[in-house]
Parts: sequence; structure tokens; C-alpha cells
Amino acid sequence: MKSLFHAGCVLAALSSPAFAAEPPDLETLAIRLQQLEADLQAARAEIEQLKAQAALSPPAPPPPPPPATAGGSDPNAFNPALSVILNGEFSNHSADGENEGFSLGESELALSSNIDDKFYGQLTLAVENEDGADELGVEEAYIDSTALPGGFTVRAGRFFSNIGYLNNHHAHTDNFPDRPLPYELFLDGQYGDDGVQVRWLAPTDLYLELGGELLRGDSADGRGAHTLFAHAGGDVGIANAWLAGVSWLHSDADEGRDRDLYLADFTWKWAPDGNLRDGGVQLRSEWFREDGEQERSGAYAEAVYRINRRWETGYRYDRVWNAADGYEPTRHGAVLAWHNSEFSLLRLLLGRDRFESGSDDNVLLLQYQAAFGAHGAHKF
Amino acid sequence: MKKFFLLLALCAAATPAAAKLRVFACEPEWGALASELGGDALQVDVATSALQDVHQIEAKPSLIAKVRQADLLFCTGADLEVGWLPQLVRQANNPKVAGGAGWFMAADQVSTLDRPSSVDRAAGDVHPQGNPHVQLDPRRVLQIATALAPRLAQLDPANAALYAERLADFGTRWDAAIARWQAKAAPLRGKTVIVHHVSWAYLNEWLGLQQIDTLEPKPGVPPTSAHLAGLIDRAKEQGVYAIVTAAYQDEKPARWLSERTGVPVVVLPFTVGGDDQARDLFGLFDSTIDKLLGAAP
Repeated sequence: MKSLFHAGCVLAALSSPAFAAEPPDLETLAIRLQQLEADLQAARAEIEQLKAQAALSPPAPPPPPPPATAGGSDPNAFNPALSVILNGEFSNHSADGENEGFSLGESELALSSNIDDKFYGQLTLAVENEDGADELGVEEAYIDSTALPGGFTVRAGRFFSNIGYLNNHHAHTDNFPDRPLPYELFLDGQYGDDGVQVRWLAPTDLYLELGGELLRGDSADGRGAHTLFAHAGGDVGIANAWLAGVSWLHSDADEGRDRDLYLADFTWKWAPDGNLRDGGVQLRSEWFREDGEQERSGAYAEAVYRINRRWETGYRYDRVWNAADGYEPTRHGAVLAWHNSEFSLLRLLLGRDRFESGSDDNVLLLQYQAAFGAHGAHKF
Repeated sequence: MKKFFLLLALCAAATPAAAKLRVFACEPEWGALASELGGDALQVDVATSALQDVHQIEAKPSLIAKVRQADLLFCTGADLEVGWLPQLVRQANNPKVAGGAGWFMAADQVSTLDRPSSVDRAAGDVHPQGNPHVQLDPRRVLQIATALAPRLAQLDPANAALYAERLADFGTRWDAAIARWQAKAAPLRGKTVIVHHVSWAYLNEWLGLQQIDTLEPKPGVPPTSAHLAGLIDRAKEQGVYAIVTAAYQDEKPARWLSERTGVPVVVLPFTVGGDDQARDLFGLFDSTIDKLLGAAP
């Protein structure tokens, strides 16, 4: 017992910094504690003072980060921008139709990138359902020049022609789930072809784009179509923006008459302070005139009201005139869309198609549309 | 057809050389900064106004026409304009600004805050390169100005001395203003705020404001009533100093929360032109600090 007590004393003595020979009495401890408390308070005050100083002169922001090129090479560093559009729908027709029920809409995969200092490339693959079988098709595959002076750009490959308004827009940017009747009847929905395109943009504050295309067309020599187009646009105040155009598509025919298609398009967008995604109105109309084997005209007009960031509603009227055979279909469509974000929407279309006199087809269509991958930048 | 293209070529050749360096500024603050450094030597086009949400601009024809004629694009970068600027550049057929010296992004010149360690759109409007709203830290604005002046000189060597001179003058006035603002804003240090969108990260860092939540449930997602209701208790418990929104944002959600908590709403200009006082960059910060101080009970 005694030896244990001695061992404890030795330990205590060793652990005390001063190697005190005897255990300190309570009074000494109390004094020491007071000293420590005073020290602590002084340290606290010093910290507060430093904090206050720091508050008065915050540190300068850190320097810009070094470019992210350090280290070894990354084989994926040059991967192109990759974006996927998913689209599916359910439709119900009052008249007997083949395309009722569930179906996969146009779902596509797009890759794009600068190729080098002079070219940009884009490839769009689209899944389409043809008579019950899925087909993966090359919707667009083209290169663009990026370094021509004087406001010129040349495009080569397969691309949607720049005629009209909707024709050069991908269907997923449309305000309605289906294309207007004249597009379906005159251009099979959308005219894309193999060829070359030249566009020139005027160096003026008025937007003025002129251009033309040489395309494959349907003739045997594989260069049977050409187009010319002009688009102009601008602002009226900060709340209004407009875009208008005239276009001409000429297609050679191996037999019979060549076909000429003339288009005029007009778009007007109004939104308070120019915040179109938070409320505003879009008006659009396009006019078609076809001369050739068929002599017919077509037009549509649409108005879309953006209620707020999430909701949008619109109405469109389409019709085609054909004096020769009297086939003059019309179509009404009312749409309500809910945008969850820039990247997804759900849409309801109620339509009435009149393809033959006296027999209306009432259409209900529900659609989802989503985009993921690289953030798309949409055209006006 | 041949005649048509010949005509196009003639039109292009007839274009007169621009006398002044033409700057296309995506946002008003960068238009103002370019004017500070360039004065009359520059022609500055500003793409957007303080009342517009710059995340959500349309690639309007008028903007394409301006990019077509620009010598320098001066934008925020960090994907703020990702929904429209690439389309403007793709359609403008102007190789001068498609990259290289004619492409100047403010966020590339400074360190950014809130860089996410992983990106997922389920988390809302996430910017892989960090928060893009760098214009509300005047120290960063000076860094951007310091990088811009040599770029202007590179594009327009004839006026190099002018840009250097104006930068020095701006820097002197700006440093004095920063000292003034910091002294004035000292009472704001440590105050807590609820903000509409994460637009204020740089202002908060500079002034020592603490953001405890946002009115948006996720960045870029409009406020929902469920999310706002959840903020009522937090705002009361934590004694929030102010609810901060920008001039371009819908004030309704902020007012709703304010009515239920008694916390004042402060509508800040966010950029040049956002209110009467914010007529230039100096006015922007004068107004921002005055309005924040004005929220004190």
C-alpha cells in the first residue's frame, strides 16, 4: 500500500511541469486557475479584435483557378456535346385510325462539336416507328464552316432545309405535338435532304439572312432540288420581337412538270420586358403555294400564350386549298402544356381534323417530351 | 443562282470597316464595365436589361444581328447564357467572336464559388463551373476589369494607351469606393438572409451576409407554396434580417413570406439599370448597400 502511494506521488511529480517535489495545495491551485482564466479572457479578446479587423478589411478573393489541363491526357476530353430527346405519346381518334394508342414519338440522339478551327459538325440520329418497326435513321449529319469571312457560312451533308420557319426547327422545339397540315402534305412533315447550303448574314442592325441550297431531290441525277430563302427580323421595343421570311423550293421531276413551292412565314413574340418564359404571346403563320403536278395552297396560324414558367396554352388552325380536286382538309388544335423545367414537358392536344367533308376526326393526344445531356440552345 | 451568289459577295465586300471596336455585352453590368474602360472608343451593345432573367433569354434575330457585327463578346460565362449565347454565335457567322481574342467571359477571370462536386439536373439548374453571378463582388469586378483592358488593347492596339489609362483611373476610383462600401456595410456582417435565387453568393461572401435558404426549392425551379410554408418557421426562429430578391424576379413569393414572418423584403437592382440609383457600376453597389442597410428595424 505504501509503495503504491509512493508510485502515485512519483507519477504526479513527473506529470507536473515543474517537477514539484510535493503535491500543490488548494490555494496554489486556485491562484493558478485564476491566472489561466485571465489568460483565456485575454486570448478571447485578441481573437475578437482580429475578427473585427478581418470584418473591416475582408481578404482579397483568391486568384483565378489554373486551367484544367494539368496531368495526363484524358481521352474523353474532346467528347462532343451529347444530347438526347425523348418523346412518347398516347392518342385517341374518334374516327377509325391506324395510329391510335401508345407510340414512341420522335426520340433522337444528337452529337455536336467543333471539328477544328474551320469546321463544326453535327449528327442527329432519330428513332422512328415505320409500320410497327423501329427504325434508326440519320436525321441530320452535316458540317458547317466556322471561319469564313464576310458573314458567310457553308453547310454540307444532310440537313433540314432553311425554307420557311418550322422546317429548320427540330420537332421537339415546336409548340404543338404535330406539324401543321401544309407541312405534312407539302413537305412530308419536314424537308431534309443531302446537299450544300450557303447562308449570308448582313452586317446590319436589322437581321437579314439570305441563302440558298442545292439538294439531291428526287431526280435521277441526284441534284434535283434547289432553294432560295431570305429571313429578316428585329425588335419593336424591348417587349416585341419578330421574324419573317420568304422561300422558294424548286424540285426537278424526271417525268411531268417540275414542282415549285413558295413559302412565306411570319413570327411575332410579345412578352413584358422580353421575359417570354414567364408570360407572353407568340403568333406565327406560314403560307404555302405549290405549282406543278398539283396546284394547291396551304396555310396555318397559331397563337400560343405562355401563362407562366410552367404553363402554356395555344390554338392552331391549318388548312389546305386545292381547287382542282376539291380536297380541302382543315384542322383545329388546342394545346395545353406543363413545363416542369426547361428540360421536360407534358402536353395535351385536343384536335378536330376534317379530311373529308362531313366526317370529323376528334383527336386527343397526350405527349411527354424530355431532353437530357448537353444543354440545348434553341433558335428563336 | 450564280448571279444571286455574286450579289451576295458584292454585298459582303461593300461592308464598310467599323470605325469603333464593337462590344457585345450579354448583361448590363458588363456593358457598363466596358464603357468604363473604353469610353467613346467603344460601341457597346447590351443584349439584356436588368428586368430580364438572363438565364432565360431567347436567341432573338436582333441579337444575332448584333453578334454578327461584334469584335468582342463580353459575357458572364460559367454556363449562365448556355441556353442562348451558343445559338447566337452559331447563327451570326462571325468567326471573330466564335472563340479566341473576341471571346471574353467574366467568370473565367475570377475564382468562382459553389462549384458542385457532382452535377445532376435533379438538383435544379446546376452550373458545373460554379455560381456565375460574379458581378456582385466589387473585388472580382476589378479583377475582371484588369483582365479586360489588355484584351481591348489587343483587339484595338491604336487605343491601347487609352484603355490602360482608363483602367488605372477606374481602379483608383473603384478601390476608394470599395473601402467606402465596406465601411458603410460593416453592420451587415453576420446578418442572415433568405434569397429568391442563389444570385447573391458573391455579395454574401463580400459583405459577410449569411444565406440560410432560398425561396426557390432548387436553383432555377420556381418557388412552390409547400417550400415557402416550410420557410416560415425557419425565418422566425433564426431572426432573418431580410428576404432578398432581384429587380427582375417576381416579388410575390418574397411578399408572401414577408407577410407571414414580418421579415422585410429587399428588392436589389442585381445589375446596372435595376433601379434609378444603379445607373452605373458605382450606383449599383451604392444602391445595393443602401437598400440592405434600409432593412434594419
